[in-house]
Amino acid sequence: MTLSQPPAGYRVSGRVEETRDTVTLTLEPVSVTLPSPRPGQFSMLYAFGVGEVPISVSGPARLPCLTHTIRAVGAVSRALCAAVPGQIIGVRGPFGTSWDEADAEAQDLLLVAGGIGLAPLRPALLSALAERDRYRRVTVLIGARSPSDLLYTSELDQWRGGRAAVEVTVDRAGAGWHGDVGVVTQLIPRIELAGDRTTALICGPEVMMRLTAQALQAAGVAPDRIRVSLERNMQCGVAECGHCQLGPLLLCRDGPVVSYRTAAALLATREL
Amino acid sequence: MTEAVLADFAGHPFVRGLPAEHIARLAARADRVEIQAGQRIFDEDADARGLWLICSGRVALDLQVPGRQRVVVETLGPGDELGLSWLAPIPRWQFGAAAQLDVIAYALTSESVLALCEADHELGYQLARRLLTTAIARLHAARIRILDLYAAPGTESGL
Repeated sequence: MTLSQPPAGYRVSGRVEETRDTVTLTLEPVSVTLPSPRPGQFSMLYAFGVGEVPISVSGPARLPCLTHTIRAVGAVSRALCAAVPGQIIGVRGPFGTSWDEADAEAQDLLLVAGGIGLAPLRPALLSALAERDRYRRVTVLIGARSPSDLLYTSELDQWRGGRAAVEVTVDRAGAGWHGDVGVVTQLIPRIELAGDRTTALICGPEVMMRLTAQALQAAGVAPDRIRVSLERNMQCGVAECGHCQLGPLLLCRDGPVVSYRTAAALLATREL
Repeated sequence: MTEAVLADFAGHPFVRGLPAEHIARLAARADRVEIQAGQRIFDEDADARGLWLICSGRVALDLQVPGRQRVVVETLGPGDELGLSWLAPIPRWQFGAAAQLDVIAYALTSESVLALCEADHELGYQLARRLLTTAIARLHAARIRILDLYAAPGTESGL
């Protein structure tokens, strides 16, 4: 994979509106099929004539299709969210490191998601549920701004049925919400957690990830068993342009998934 | 209180680690209560006279907002302690509380807890630290929610 790799054309074959500003696209190759992504990796998605953005893989690896969940926050992501079935978009990738959830075999697997951070964790969860007996407890903690901002709501019961404990909390409850209200870290003391045999995967805003990691460390989870997904200005995807540098890391290559042992100091460093 | 219930009480995170004699004194004044889902535990602005150590279930803290239904501002669950307002100079509940799911808890009156603390300042000190820890955690969580971390970021990345 080089900087000069042109994007491969992928056709939008499925589009699901998850929330008012977030959609999940299923993409199928027009001609060139890119390598299968691993959970945690990302693609560069190109809205022709608008621009390119990094978007995490959000679905199971079902070659030749790709699944990406995109939140409309800028010109490019808005154009991608507006893509309709049949439309062609460009894809480069897959890039970066993975959750390596299989490394948690025979351990408890804990996934903690904040907001859109559930999207990059979803393929790791689906992978774990597909081989459920390889793990001990599988627990998913989800924090969202409000009930209407929750992703994949139709799947939560399937995940529970797949023997995952799923707990959801929102910052702001609306009428009709009968679940938890509060920050996602408040769920941690309420779950069964064996710190010495837990691998934790965390994705969300950096403050949320830092606080979650600290809470997990306080519960006995070792920092090298905690993985976080970091984000900077990914552009080339192949560690050549340097835009995504975070300390010694080029996150398009050395991330986005990074051990908290490495990430802890970086998350506490004020950047220029 | 049977030995099994005492052991259960001693395992609640709020009292876990206290000296056995302190736990025994608290346990002697605690009632194990079951609160059905939907039942109100206390109402906003009523006299604040109790604390509950939640063992199971979920409690919603709510506030009556004119023009809206009761707004749930936070939920508490297993391992949490319900009831801090009795510590205030004017002990009135700042929020209401209702069982959202069936709740099992240990209930103590604030009068009995305060009397224990007056009689044994070491116990009082230990409880004060734990109550302050609870208050700090809730303050911290409230401040984090004020940040509105999940709002749309100003970047293009959907990572």
